[in-house]
Amino acid sequence: MRALFAGIGLAIVAAPLGCFVVWRRMAYYGETVAQAGLIGIAAGLALSLNLTASVLVVTLAVSALLVLLSRQQIVPFDSLLGLLAHAALAVGVIAASLVRGPQLDLMAFLFGDIFAITSTDLRWIYIGGGVALVALLFVWRPLLALSVHEDLAAAEGVPTGRVKLMFVLVLALVVAIAIKIVGVLLTIAFLIMPAAAARPLSETPEQMALFAAIFGALSVALGLFVSVTFDTPGGPSIVLILALIFAAAIFPTVLRGRR
Amino acid sequence: MQGRDAQDRPLRDTDRPLPRPAHDHRGDLDHPHHHHHADAGAGAALPHDSNALISARSLWLSRSGRTILQGIDIDIAANEILTLIGPNGAGKTTLVRVLLGLEASDKGTTRRKPGLVVGYVPQRFEVDRAIPLTVARFVGLGRNAEDEEIARVLGEVGAGQLGDRQLSELSGGELQRVVLARALVRSPSVLVLDEPVRGVDYVGEAELYTLIGRLRSEHGFGVLLVSHDLHVVMAQSDRVVCLNRHVCCSGVPQSVAQHPEYARLFGPQAARAFGLYHHSHDHRHDLAGEPRPPRATDRPSGAPSDGQ
Repeated sequence: MRALFAGIGLAIVAAPLGCFVVWRRMAYYGETVAQAGLIGIAAGLALSLNLTASVLVVTLAVSALLVLLSRQQIVPFDSLLGLLAHAALAVGVIAASLVRGPQLDLMAFLFGDIFAITSTDLRWIYIGGGVALVALLFVWRPLLALSVHEDLAAAEGVPTGRVKLMFVLVLALVVAIAIKIVGVLLTIAFLIMPAAAARPLSETPEQMALFAAIFGALSVALGLFVSVTFDTPGGPSIVLILALIFAAAIFPTVLRGRR
Repeated sequence: MQGRDAQDRPLRDTDRPLPRPAHDHRGDLDHPHHHHHADAGAGAALPHDSNALISARSLWLSRSGRTILQGIDIDIAANEILTLIGPNGAGKTTLVRVLLGLEASDKGTTRRKPGLVVGYVPQRFEVDRAIPLTVARFVGLGRNAEDEEIARVLGEVGAGQLGDRQLSELSGGELQRVVLARALVRSPSVLVLDEPVRGVDYVGEAELYTLIGRLRSEHGFGVLLVSHDLHVVMAQSDRVVCLNRHVCCSGVPQSVAQHPEYARLFGPQAARAFGLYHHSHDHRHDLAGEPRPPRATDRPSGAPSDGQ
């Protein structure tokens, strides 16, 4: 029951944010931030801190690092993300196994452990997620305007730097919260898959966010059911359902060969 | 990141008495070698025109070793259509971006009138299909306007029936009008259009400029129009600035077209094309289909008469 509440709460928070990750083409950016979260887990284990809090510190630090690195143009940004994502994963795995030794259950961190959600985790999801949602609503219009056309929005007076910063901070927060549930490797899937599935059905940005929330919640419910029934791991089961929903949603568009 | 106004050079001219009206130096053409004494260091920089919507002085800008803007002075006044022409690579778009605050100049100052509302039609508008967006919603991103208001501006640009369409389904010409509608919904005090006719056919081009001229008469905003040729723009322009990294010449359209610097930049063909233009001028009105009594937009003679 706790798993269901946690998953659906996260799905609702992840939906509008995931739409912006898709629109702003930041899937790989989010992936990098999420994989770096493993370093936070290792640090949290070593220092016996709340894992979500220590992951949050790391995701914020990595976001700041990426902002700095995006100022150079000698190495393309996507290569940089690929480099950092895997470097962070390597450091995270090594650090975690140094802390815990060979009996470390790496799987739980890589793919999440939705059935091990504590009441503290639930509080993180609902309070942290609520904060993220309110912050996102606050910048919704300007963020949408600059995602459609950044120069146009800037010329019209949107403070693009501040709005983008807000988005990056909210993304770091939600990634940190999601890692406990779906793990560092599936967090971005949980953000972008509902949004991608919602796109072919949507006429407006808000509709897309709403459909994404519905698909996210549905996949949590179905994924948990599959997991319990067939004794499959929770996070991957949810992601599998999401992939099937996406396939069903995109199929008519592919057949039509347009858009 | 959004550029800030370059304020790195102290505005030394404010304490200097004005020897002549601020517009004088461009209303006529007695400065064919304007750029020679437009240098920031020459001490000849003019004060900002306090009546101008946007006023820039001694703008210098270099990118990867190339000096793109060389001591540009420019003012955009209310209720005037100022056309910026110049060959490819002349720095037209860069200048517009500096004036809008999208890019910072290395040297020089840009002043925008307090409370200035900018309507902007960028050079290239690529629709991002990842974002589902109706035309009406897109226009509404310019300002949180009522539905009726959005429908009204769409009607004004001749796109009244497009409101419910997806932005990604529009043709180039339709998209151009919709972006213009978004600029208009803001009730702008200055409208900035960077080569607004890309991907629009010739008739569409003439129509668009006529529309812009009419909107200016109705709303009284200032217009900064960027174009790579003088051809169709002429009839609608009050003032033309010919740019080739520096201001080559400026003035009313006719005088610019006859200016030696202009002929040098665009070749004698351009001058002849301008002659041709005079012939086609008569049936442009037929094309537009709306014979209008003498329009302010056709103001053919003299320097911009800013009665300020």
